[in-house]
Amino acid sequence: MSSQDIPEEKLPAGRDQEHGAAGAMAVADEENPFADPGLPPHEHRRQDVDEKAAKHSERTVALLFTLSMLATIGFIASYVAISPDKSIYVFPVGHTSALNFALGLTLGVALFAIGAGAVHWARTLMSDVEIADERHPIEAPPETRSKVLADFKQGAKESALGRRKLIRNTMFGALTLVPLSGVMLLRDLGPLPHTKLRHTAWAKGKLLVNMNTNEPIRPSDVAVGSLTFAKPEGLEEHDEEFQTEIAKAALMIVRLQPENIKDKKELDWSHEGIVAYSKICTHVGCPISLYEQQTHHVLCPCHQSTFDLSDGARVIFGPAGHALPQLRIGVSEDGYLEALGDFAEPVGPAFWERG
Amino acid sequence: MSTASASNEPRRRGKAPAGERVADWADGRLGIYSLAKANMRKIFPDHWSFMLGEVCMYSFIIIILTGVYLTLFFHPSMNEVQYHGSYVPLQGQMMSEAFNSTLHISFEVRGGLLIRQIHHWAALIFLAGMFVHMMRVFFTGAFRKPREVNWLFGFLLFVLGMFTGFTGYSLPDDLLSGTGVRFMEGAILSVPIVGTYLSFFLFGGEFPGGDFVARFYSIHILLLPGIMLGLMVAHLILVFYHKHTQYAGPGKTNNNVVGMPLLPVYMAKAGGFFFLVFGVIAVVAAIAQINPIWAIGPYRPDQVSTGAQPDWYMGFSEGLIRVMPGWEINFWGHTLVLGVFIPLMIFPLVLVAIAVYPFIESWVTGDKREHHILDRPRNAPTRTAFGVAWMTWYFVLLIGGGNDLFATHFSLSINAITWFVRIAFFVAPVLAFIITKRICLGLQRRDKEKVLHGRESGIIKRLPHGEFIEVHEPLSQEQLHTLTAHEQYSPLELGPTVDENGVERKIKAPQKLRAKLSKAYYGEHNQVPKPTVEEYKEITSGHGHH
Repeated sequence: MSSQDIPEEKLPAGRDQEHGAAGAMAVADEENPFADPGLPPHEHRRQDVDEKAAKHSERTVALLFTLSMLATIGFIASYVAISPDKSIYVFPVGHTSALNFALGLTLGVALFAIGAGAVHWARTLMSDVEIADERHPIEAPPETRSKVLADFKQGAKESALGRRKLIRNTMFGALTLVPLSGVMLLRDLGPLPHTKLRHTAWAKGKLLVNMNTNEPIRPSDVAVGSLTFAKPEGLEEHDEEFQTEIAKAALMIVRLQPENIKDKKELDWSHEGIVAYSKICTHVGCPISLYEQQTHHVLCPCHQSTFDLSDGARVIFGPAGHALPQLRIGVSEDGYLEALGDFAEPVGPAFWERG
Repeated sequence: MSTASASNEPRRRGKAPAGERVADWADGRLGIYSLAKANMRKIFPDHWSFMLGEVCMYSFIIIILTGVYLTLFFHPSMNEVQYHGSYVPLQGQMMSEAFNSTLHISFEVRGGLLIRQIHHWAALIFLAGMFVHMMRVFFTGAFRKPREVNWLFGFLLFVLGMFTGFTGYSLPDDLLSGTGVRFMEGAILSVPIVGTYLSFFLFGGEFPGGDFVARFYSIHILLLPGIMLGLMVAHLILVFYHKHTQYAGPGKTNNNVVGMPLLPVYMAKAGGFFFLVFGVIAVVAAIAQINPIWAIGPYRPDQVSTGAQPDWYMGFSEGLIRVMPGWEINFWGHTLVLGVFIPLMIFPLVLVAIAVYPFIESWVTGDKREHHILDRPRNAPTRTAFGVAWMTWYFVLLIGGGNDLFATHFSLSINAITWFVRIAFFVAPVLAFIITKRICLGLQRRDKEKVLHGRESGIIKRLPHGEFIEVHEPLSQEQLHTLTAHEQYSPLELGPTVDENGVERKIKAPQKLRAKLSKAYYGEHNQVPKPTVEEYKEITSGHGHH
């Protein structure tokens, strides 16, 4: 690729004269100092005039391509040699997977070096003479336009679509109806909602089971200021419907001093100050998990809706639209907390049929 | 044709080089010579901002390459399994097969983690690249005729990219993404009348059910990328067909395109740039962890972590939903969930606001000509101000989407941030509009000053009588031309309200609106008239350098 192989007139210097000549034609305009002076003359790069500099660029490009080859070999070596569970400390990243680090760096270098080589090649050794191309209007010339319109009219006329209205109308009818089959086919994407969103796995007599210990809860287990998560008795992690059921049935239990409960219904539905509320936020359904024991506020970490558990779990801040549903609880014969029925209203986000 | 076959005669005897024979073979079947004639030496102008679109194209290719690799190992299934893999903290836990196989990719498949991280990083860069590219096109007016359709193609790519990203990061079925899907379900439920039905059809029943990962999978790897690939090819074909825009400058006109040829310069530069982008993303994936699903854990609808954030490009929708007051209207046994439904409707509105802008501007200007010379943002003050206002709107919502992070990182009250966003949602874009327009006009004045009085040289001269003056260097003709090459519209005139017979002319409301907008765009105080040759001559001939 040395420039000696290129005929004299193809060298940048040769081209330049053409450019200079073109530029000279549009020299400074006395009449209009703002006129377009035309393309400025080409300025040589060092590599265009100094073969030593060009050689240097060539070596740089080759070096980069060689570096890429070495990096690929490094990639293969890392893949073979490094165990996937080896961890290393890299400053400032910290502890990281050695294999991921080695593979990523070698692959990155292998790719980057190819790119850097190609760009360096283009910038220093390929011609940087600017060329002007003509633009042509996008829209067709009037002859083409009238020809196409005439052709279309001819075609439309030959189809007789406008004249034979019966064909046209029935065809439009058929084409309108046929996608309905496709719409019908979507029907079985899912069952109809019915009242499924209104019911949860809670029912009268179902014990409250601690989510962590998987044991039924005694009132004495619930201390003031603690937050306990519960699920209905009989719902197990291995159940097929577990995820869907827990998405509605998740419950949080806190103990308040009965005199601190401001809402009368809340007090009625509690047991010795223990209140049970749906854990599913009424905004868009995130599980609420932050409890501030001094104020009895719970906060949804997703969108920061805040509810006051001492006052019927009404919304005191954030985008939620209504209070958390409360579960009415009591104590079973064996002394465990139990539900006295399902939630009285749908849990989770509001929907059209909620009412 | 006969001459062509005659000249082919001797080649058959093996004299022509192999490459030429292959090209002849292909030309006889595909007509590649005609294609190459128009495109092989096609001229592309050079400017750093023209690379932004390339970043998008290359990251899209990288996403497809790495995505195909990931499908070889990923199981799009929500069947619950117990984990027995090599990541000790999760052993024995119940999780979906999707999560399980993502752990497998991350810990057992050698290089799997790297490909996962490249895939995710490339997706973030793809979306960020599209955003910045779109803004470049917007602020330089590159969307004007004949490129409005390509602007829409690009816009669709951006929107589809957002949803492809969302369906993609939801696939591992981890606690964070599951929370995002739950958010989506809550938003769908808020739709009046059909919300519950839509939700049940999407999830195959109640949330989360056992279907959404498999459904998102086919949307993520086939439906959306298929459409996007088609749009991207169309986008590129139009870029070639329209030829690239260029900035004003000496020798650059609306009828030419000045730059360097595709072969060899842009083959090497653009081809090389693909490797640069890929290389950088690979290094980023090596050192910067992204979406460590093993630390987040499998999805459970009753669990959540703090600081739950979507990927950045979904952040503005998150902001909308976070700062909206929780309005709910109950009537006749139904609930209108405005607190969620309004944000759900504003979400597309934010996007459409920028998408339709080119059509509004072309209606206001009534300009039917082709534009291939880019505007400098200052020379289109109203457009620039609108763009900055839109971006301000977008970023205000982004702040809303991260209100918890802003609160914890800067020790601010989350309530205060939320209120700030609620107010700024309405106020900030207006302020941004006014300020930007002022700045643009100021810059226009400076350009005018520079053209008429020359460049401030920084040299102070004392005149014999004691006065100090700064020496101004006159600009070269190239600079003069570049600074005055832009066109300025004059505002639309409605004409007299009575015709020549004294009868009142009826001017329709849209025309009145158009005239008003036109005045707001191009009226007296909304652009600085560019210097005229007369002004220049008067000043330069009048008193020398000053």
